[in-house]
Amino acid sequence: MTPFAKAALATLATRGVQAIIVALIVGMVSFAMMQALPGDAAYRIAAGRYGYDMMDAASAEAVRIELGLDQPALVQMWTWLKALAQFDLGTSAVYGTSVAEEIGAQLGYSLLLAAGAVITSLLIALPVGIVTGLRPGGVLDRMTLAVSIFLRAIPAFALGIVLVLVFAVQLKLFPVAGFTEASNLVLPSLTLGLGLAAVSNRVVRDAVAEAMSADWRLFARTKGLSARLTLTRHVLRNASVPVVAYIGVQLAYLIEGVVIVESVFAWPGIGHALVHAIFGRDIAMVQGTALVLGLTYVALNLCIDLACRGIDPRGRAA
Amino acid sequence: MSNQIDMMIEAIAPTTSRRLPVSRLVGFALLALLAVAAIGGPDLIGKDPAKQSLLDTLQGPSAEHPLGTDNLGRDMTARLLSGAQLSLSLAFLSVITAGLPGTLLGVVAAWFGGWTDRLLGAFADAVLALPGLLLVLMLAAISPGSWWALYAGISLTLWVEYFRYTRQRARIVLAEPSVEASRLLGLGPWLLIRRHLIPEIGPGLLTIAAFGAATAVTAVAALGFVSVGVRPPTAEWGVMMTELLPYWREAPFLILQPVGCLVLTVLALHLSVGGLRRS
Repeated sequence: MTPFAKAALATLATRGVQAIIVALIVGMVSFAMMQALPGDAAYRIAAGRYGYDMMDAASAEAVRIELGLDQPALVQMWTWLKALAQFDLGTSAVYGTSVAEEIGAQLGYSLLLAAGAVITSLLIALPVGIVTGLRPGGVLDRMTLAVSIFLRAIPAFALGIVLVLVFAVQLKLFPVAGFTEASNLVLPSLTLGLGLAAVSNRVVRDAVAEAMSADWRLFARTKGLSARLTLTRHVLRNASVPVVAYIGVQLAYLIEGVVIVESVFAWPGIGHALVHAIFGRDIAMVQGTALVLGLTYVALNLCIDLACRGIDPRGRAA
Repeated sequence: MSNQIDMMIEAIAPTTSRRLPVSRLVGFALLALLAVAAIGGPDLIGKDPAKQSLLDTLQGPSAEHPLGTDNLGRDMTARLLSGAQLSLSLAFLSVITAGLPGTLLGVVAAWFGGWTDRLLGAFADAVLALPGLLLVLMLAAISPGSWWALYAGISLTLWVEYFRYTRQRARIVLAEPSVEASRLLGLGPWLLIRRHLIPEIGPGLLTIAAFGAATAVTAVAALGFVSVGVRPPTAEWGVMMTELLPYWREAPFLILQPVGCLVLTVLALHLSVGGLRRS
């Protein structure tokens, strides 16, 4: 086996262990949630399903038996883990629908938003970073540094509120919330994308500046390669490794951002569903959404690892 | 993963120049102002942040209410100050709670190496398997609305950075010839740590602490905003944003106040340690 394949396998194994840890943490938290629930879960769920006026002791009892709430908590956790091994996430306690089906619909929206955010951030960070990286220390460089520091300090949801107030409520350029048409995607993507670009434009700038002052770049110019070809063939390719690796660092920000920003924009995604489920004490939904978010995080990290190895043949990159 | 953390640590590494840049001084000044306001402000104002007055809702600034009143006629100044107290004290406590054991375990891992190092490293990796806010969110789900869940969740996510940074730096420092020489002189471990390690990792730890405090303040507000953190009627910036958002048209200046406070706090913390790396 080549060292390259060996390293890739090691990455795969590390991420695999992480996936198992995610499942265990989510399982333990759900277990604790069940223990900590104040009052009788069966009554609350029955009230959520049928309305507070329509429920009675009999319907609560029916819910209790249906959801296995009469079993000890450890038995319930075991049941969940067993079901999970069969890719069965259980039934939403509030809606009475399959958690897997709900998540299947929501995950697409969340991935759409995440993709929109990353694309927006790259559209901003790449040109800005390359231009400032070509002239480090210049006026433009210092100006973008100031703007970056300021943008970085604005939490995603606060930025979301400000963007909604300005562009949706005041200027009426984009819809406020929900998802009915493509223009709904603009503001949430911009919110997350600006937050990501605030830091990544500096990473692009540093990478480009470093590549521009490297010896091999001077060699490429000396042997007669044009400035443009040196930039596109050598500088940008070398600069892309830290940039892609940094997307990996930003994944945590992205996932956290998705959870909160979806709530700001009432985006029908998985993060909004998680927050909603926590608020409504829908344990099966919390378990399912947290699990899928955690596993998505691990899977995306794996993709970034492999992408970095792909770009940099030396195999020493992150 | 570990390389990405290293990159992050490198990206937030403090500037090494001796002279404090103006931006850092501004950060310190802002931070001092916020701390004084949070500690002394609520008593100085002497108003109850929860006292409603339904006849005086959504008012503009006046002599009695310098920053106006909210949708239930509560004094905005009192609420903002009370919110500052809550956020800053929670951030301060969780940074201490995360920083001390995190640093200590980092030194322990680097000092003993071997299985100690591997076990502690595995624990840190387990915490990193989930994005920090997701972990805080889930702990908050176990006991919603509780201050303790937020505190525990934030501390649990923050300690990893101290641990990883200290372990990485301590490994390098402890292998230096100067440390070896001190050891040969018969100097004890405590002296080695105090004279060689702490001056080396101190500035980096401060940077991590400031960014960690900013993360904590943001997390509290974010969870409050989506109604799974601190509960109303507690005056908390995120909760206030949710409460005031529907009244944007009548009183745009109100919603911008908690947003401004939050941004100012995070900005002050970032600036005080040099913001983004300047290279």
